[in-house]
Amino acid sequence: MSTLKEIPCGKTVKVTKLTGEGPVRRRIMDMGITKGVEVFVRKVAPLGDPVEVTVRGYELSLRKADAEMIQVE
Amino acid sequence: MSVKIALAGNPNCGKTTLFNALTGSNQFVGNWPGVTVEKKEGRLKGNKDVVIMDLPGIYSLSPYTLEEVVARNYLINERPDAIINIVDGTNIERNLYLSTQLIELGIPVLMAVNMMDIVEKSGDKINISKLSERLGCEVTTISALKGTGIMKAAERAVALANAKKAAPKVHKFAVKVENVLTAVEDKLGSDIPEEQKRFFAVKLLEKDDKIGEQMKKVPDVSAEIEMLEKEMDDDTESIITNERYVYISSIIGECYTKAGKETLTVSDKIDKIVTNRWLALPIFAVVMIIVYAVSVTTVGTWATDWANDGVFGDGWSLFGLEIPGIPVLVEGALEAIGCADWLMGLILDGIVAGVGAVLGFVPQMLVLFIFLAFLEACGYMARVAFIMDRIFRKFGLSGKSFIPMLIGSGCGVPGVMASRTIENDRDRKMTIMTTTFVPCGAKLPIIALIAGALFGGAWWVAPSAYFVGIAAIICSGIILKKTKMFAGDPAPFVMELPAYHMPTAGNVLRSMWERGWSFMKKAGTIILLSTIVLWFLMSFGWMDGSFGMLEAEELDYSILAALGGVFAPLFAPLGWGDWKMAVAAITGLIAKENVVGTIGILFGVAEVAEDGAEIWEQLAASMSAVAAYSFLVFNLLCAPCFAAMGAIKREMNNIKWFWFAIGYQTVLAYAVSLCVYQIGMLCSAGAFGIGTVVAFLLVIGFIYLLFRPYKESTTLKVDMKKAAMGIK
Repeated sequence: MSTLKEIPCGKTVKVTKLTGEGPVRRRIMDMGITKGVEVFVRKVAPLGDPVEVTVRGYELSLRKADAEMIQVE
Repeated sequence: MSVKIALAGNPNCGKTTLFNALTGSNQFVGNWPGVTVEKKEGRLKGNKDVVIMDLPGIYSLSPYTLEEVVARNYLINERPDAIINIVDGTNIERNLYLSTQLIELGIPVLMAVNMMDIVEKSGDKINISKLSERLGCEVTTISALKGTGIMKAAERAVALANAKKAAPKVHKFAVKVENVLTAVEDKLGSDIPEEQKRFFAVKLLEKDDKIGEQMKKVPDVSAEIEMLEKEMDDDTESIITNERYVYISSIIGECYTKAGKETLTVSDKIDKIVTNRWLALPIFAVVMIIVYAVSVTTVGTWATDWANDGVFGDGWSLFGLEIPGIPVLVEGALEAIGCADWLMGLILDGIVAGVGAVLGFVPQMLVLFIFLAFLEACGYMARVAFIMDRIFRKFGLSGKSFIPMLIGSGCGVPGVMASRTIENDRDRKMTIMTTTFVPCGAKLPIIALIAGALFGGAWWVAPSAYFVGIAAIICSGIILKKTKMFAGDPAPFVMELPAYHMPTAGNVLRSMWERGWSFMKKAGTIILLSTIVLWFLMSFGWMDGSFGMLEAEELDYSILAALGGVFAPLFAPLGWGDWKMAVAAITGLIAKENVVGTIGILFGVAEVAEDGAEIWEQLAASMSAVAAYSFLVFNLLCAPCFAAMGAIKREMNNIKWFWFAIGYQTVLAYAVSLCVYQIGMLCSAGAFGIGTVVAFLLVIGFIYLLFRPYKESTTLKVDMKKAAMGIK
């Protein structure tokens, strides 16, 4: 079990659980990162943060600190 | 009978394009009451009875962002007759998430699937009738950009509105969830109409902290929540979100056929280069240099010079034809009718100069706004935030704050106006407050004056001014984000990176014009008024025992000089208690470059060069180097010129925030200058006094404010009742 933060670019993973609470978590879910969805880690910003992922057919960027809330396998 | 139709949809789905196409020029742009979210209303082309309301672009009806709260308050309280839910056909899965929530509101919904031309081109297929059947609302296809199908969509929405029949609820979650929802619906009071019950039930289950304020009686549903959470081993908010996406996936599976293999789209290819790990920063630098070079240094300067020195100056020439400036024309006309001196002064130096001060910025601003509109519409602006986020978020700003700050180094007025591109309310306000700390072009003469007069033209003075400005931004960001004013609202950075596409010229120009016009209208008044007031203070006074109008060289006798004398002691702890310097700082409010001219006049030199070289010796004799540096710092950081204040007022759109911004800037300037002078004097002359103690206390307080712990808030601090009342 690892979090989305640790996944290297170019890998596709499946979301198993979202930890944490509050608006950031709700926002992540609203944007389509929910249990069971496949997330492709596309790239990291030039300064090392945030990351860009492809989820449900579109591009989403999120900070590594927030990506840590997403457990994947 | 007028019909009200709301346009709702995700950001970047083409909503604005559709709104413009439907309403043409019949638009009214304002703000939602009490908040800085833009509100656009218009009337349907060819049918004036149909009012179209453009809701802010949102992803969900959650209670966490201002836009979402504004949109759902409108939908719940105002209850438009129908909703056109615009959906991006190329990104249908996530777009449908909002749709499932809109349908629950019990308002007739017409779904308009946009960008159909692109979908068809890629070979993908959307089964519209199946989609309609599975969602339980009418569905049509459009291309807002090309204008196909939009009038048909509007007609169908009007028909739906007149039929007043809400969409039947067809979507179902898992049985367990549905059972609990039914149980909650049964608990709802009779004040909630049947067709809205599902919406309220869902919100109650989600533990939505803002929904109670919309209801007369809030039933206790904690037992239901607990049961469901136990049974499904998750919290209700996640359960509902999951259910929606599961339901959407099932629809997509049936209605959307992808054309074979996944290939890289043009947008993907562009993105591969533009946000490439190594190329992103150089490309970003090039884009920014182009924006800056064109809108600030080249075209922007020509435009400003033309407006200020030509149209509002001595005149300009058009293909060899000499066209006199407006002041020249007005002066001629006034002289011809034998106008009194004071009235002529009022008209020329007060009103015409004031109008000139407003309009002088407009051409440059329009050039900048074209760039901003283009960068936003083509999708690059989101990438700017992506690239710069890491640096800026540390001090409570957005990656998009980079552009206002960059432009602010040319002129703070368009810099402040450029903050409009920042969606997040908190980030935007913070950017507005700090942008003018960057030394703008008009502050350079002050730097040159001080550096030349007291530091022998030392190389480090100018860079240190920029350093002070940047340090002020960083420290303000860190301090302010911990204050009550800012710590209130959460700012998640979970951002869509929209596909790149070529914007239409029409949309870019419209956006440019809207922003330019709002500057003239909203910022113009304050600039004009304050210019007139200062003109009066500067040109009237007591001389030789009688009150009257003065010549420019007689500034010493003006009301302003008298006021300067009153205020001067206030600046004594800063090292420049001389009334002349106080007056100079005040005239800097008209335009910062005035500071040098005013000092010149007050030292008896009517016309000085831009860097005031004629008065260097006198100035050096009248104050110490430390005091001069303190004066410089004060002028760099204090309230900006009236034009920039007007821009701040326009962008804050709230009088309380406006004064907070100006007050903060001035207090900060005062405190920093005090520390510079007192500690500087201690180091250079060993002077120790009460001022030194105050300075050290300020430094300690400052360090405390910088490093005190704080916690991000998790709820949106909006008074829903007030917002709801305001809408009515």
